[in-house]
Amino acid sequence: MIRPLVARLAQMLFVMAGISVITFAIFFATPGSDPSARIAGRNATPETLAAVRLSFGLDQPLPVQYGLLMQRLFITQDLTSFMNRGEKVVPQIVAATPVTLSLVAGAALLWVAGAGLFGVLAALRPGRALDRGLMLLGLVGVSMPVYWLGAVVNLVTQSRFHDSWLFSWVPPLGYIAFADDPWGWFKVLVLPSFTLAVFYIGLYSRVLRSALIEANQQDYIRTARAKGLSERRVLLAHALRTSLVSVVTLFGLDFGALVGGGALLTEVVFGLPGIGKLTYDALQALDLPVIMATVMYASFFVVAANALVDMLYAFIDPRVRDA
Amino acid sequence: MPEPLLQVRDLRVSFPGANAEHGLLRAVDGVSFDLAAGEVLGVVGESGSGKSVTLLSVLGLLGHSGAVVEGSVRFKGRELLGLSPRELQRVRGGDIAMVFQDPMTALTPVYSIGWQIVEQLRAHTDLSRAAAKARAIELLAAVGLPNPAAQFDRYPHQLSGGMRQRAVIAMALSCNPAVLVADEPTTALDVSVQAQILELIHRLRSDFGSAVVLITHDLGVVAGLADRVLVMYAGRVVERGSARALFEAAQHPYTWGLLGSIPPLAGPRPRRLPSIAGAPPALDALPAGCAFAPRCAVADARCATRPALPAQGAHAAACVLAPEQRAAARERCLQGGVTA
Repeated sequence: MIRPLVARLAQMLFVMAGISVITFAIFFATPGSDPSARIAGRNATPETLAAVRLSFGLDQPLPVQYGLLMQRLFITQDLTSFMNRGEKVVPQIVAATPVTLSLVAGAALLWVAGAGLFGVLAALRPGRALDRGLMLLGLVGVSMPVYWLGAVVNLVTQSRFHDSWLFSWVPPLGYIAFADDPWGWFKVLVLPSFTLAVFYIGLYSRVLRSALIEANQQDYIRTARAKGLSERRVLLAHALRTSLVSVVTLFGLDFGALVGGGALLTEVVFGLPGIGKLTYDALQALDLPVIMATVMYASFFVVAANALVDMLYAFIDPRVRDA
Repeated sequence: MPEPLLQVRDLRVSFPGANAEHGLLRAVDGVSFDLAAGEVLGVVGESGSGKSVTLLSVLGLLGHSGAVVEGSVRFKGRELLGLSPRELQRVRGGDIAMVFQDPMTALTPVYSIGWQIVEQLRAHTDLSRAAAKARAIELLAAVGLPNPAAQFDRYPHQLSGGMRQRAVIAMALSCNPAVLVADEPTTALDVSVQAQILELIHRLRSDFGSAVVLITHDLGVVAGLADRVLVMYAGRVVERGSARALFEAAQHPYTWGLLGSIPPLAGPRPRRLPSIAGAPPALDALPAGCAFAPRCAVADARCATRPALPAQGAHAAACVLAPEQRAAARERCLQGGVTA
């Protein structure tokens, strides 16, 4: 039981190291471009360029540059931006992470609950009115762009109907830390989380529905019925439990990608200073150190979430445990 | 004669056809049989002859929302068709339990076999968790699993096919059902394990006192185990009789064909085994008369009207042949099969 977990963790570290090398190569070893000019930004003075070269060791061989970069990212954590003079990159990411985590965790909670409910209800009687209605609703959810939905939510709750009894509680755009004001933190995240979750509720309820319908064709479901179990128990304890395996895979991928910056659009629309917003601002300013660090952070998170899901499998699927 | 445990009368099961113009396809057409307590009834027929559908519909397990089930199924005098889902749940697994064909897929893969047996026990009795576990281990021991306490926590994928089928049988017997329906319980197993499982069913019948309905296409299984036999063809019962009578003096040409296709143990080895020419008819293209007539070597004009299975008599066949014609007809059927 322990050995496969350790093996999986080692594998994860290996993949992360590979990603860091590739990211480094893209930014520093692309032929025909001078990384110092790009890091320093437009209209940089020769002094700035010289400072960049010295700071990133650009006059030294590539492996040394790589080592230096990794040291500054992970050990001394003093990688600095040259756009916003002296702004340290790693603390920025560390500060942005809880914002993104709060947003995505809230959304994940909503989409798991929503998709679970809708998927199960739809799978109860495939092809009937309820199923068709819910799946149509799911399709609508999947097809609404999140930035548009976010803008509409803002329009309704911040502007047009803000003074109505329904939306007067909605705080202004921005973020409130949990440590400062838990209730404010909750209020400020409700609508962004919901907006982000709509797409995933639609997607996951469709996935769950087909997984359940497929499970219903299985022999073991007939056995469960023949045992004299209630329909509810057959559905929840047998069909849903075995469908979980495919849904958890998808969940790990999506959750990892969102925490890694995939919630960029939502964060920008709602003014949440998370990883996505950080990436967005850095991209607009072409702030290379920040972009590089967020890219690496994002890929690390996806890899870590996948490793976590793989380890979770051991608990939800006994067949994996022995493999 | 005392009231039978299970009495099926004129059971008809129809499914909506693949295209609407066919309307309903009748998969089971007027099946009647009785099952007495402690008896083993063999139900024999080719794939698609309706034998599984018949028994699944008894418990409302067709799992096909469009299926229409008509007729009457009485268990201990109580009508089962049309029971509410809740009442039916109590019958399933409690009074009438089922064992399915493929033990590889019949158990939920994510739960241990012990958990699954306890689940059934607790659905039908108010045993405590600990008592249910003790009972489950007893059952696993009764079906001959070595070291039952350790098997309790094992998952289906950790067991061989034969062991899984034993676990499935243990689960089916957990609530002392009056009737055990075994749907091709040995088809998916290799031959040595088949014999063990059949032996187990035979032994458990005396231990647990359950009547057994054994659905199979294997006449050898029926010969070894069944007291009485129904032969089904295209959704209808074509012959009914005690196992002994059926093997010694079958009356229906289809049964002759089935029996003729078993390799003989004694005598010279035939160059080719007789087979029944043709294939079973599709449900949407059943002949108006006897469904077997197109494949029957001795069919004549009388077969254009559907022969009824006599309701009375221990041994009866749905065939127009008079008793004195049978011997000659049988010869012709088996001859015809050799050249086919």
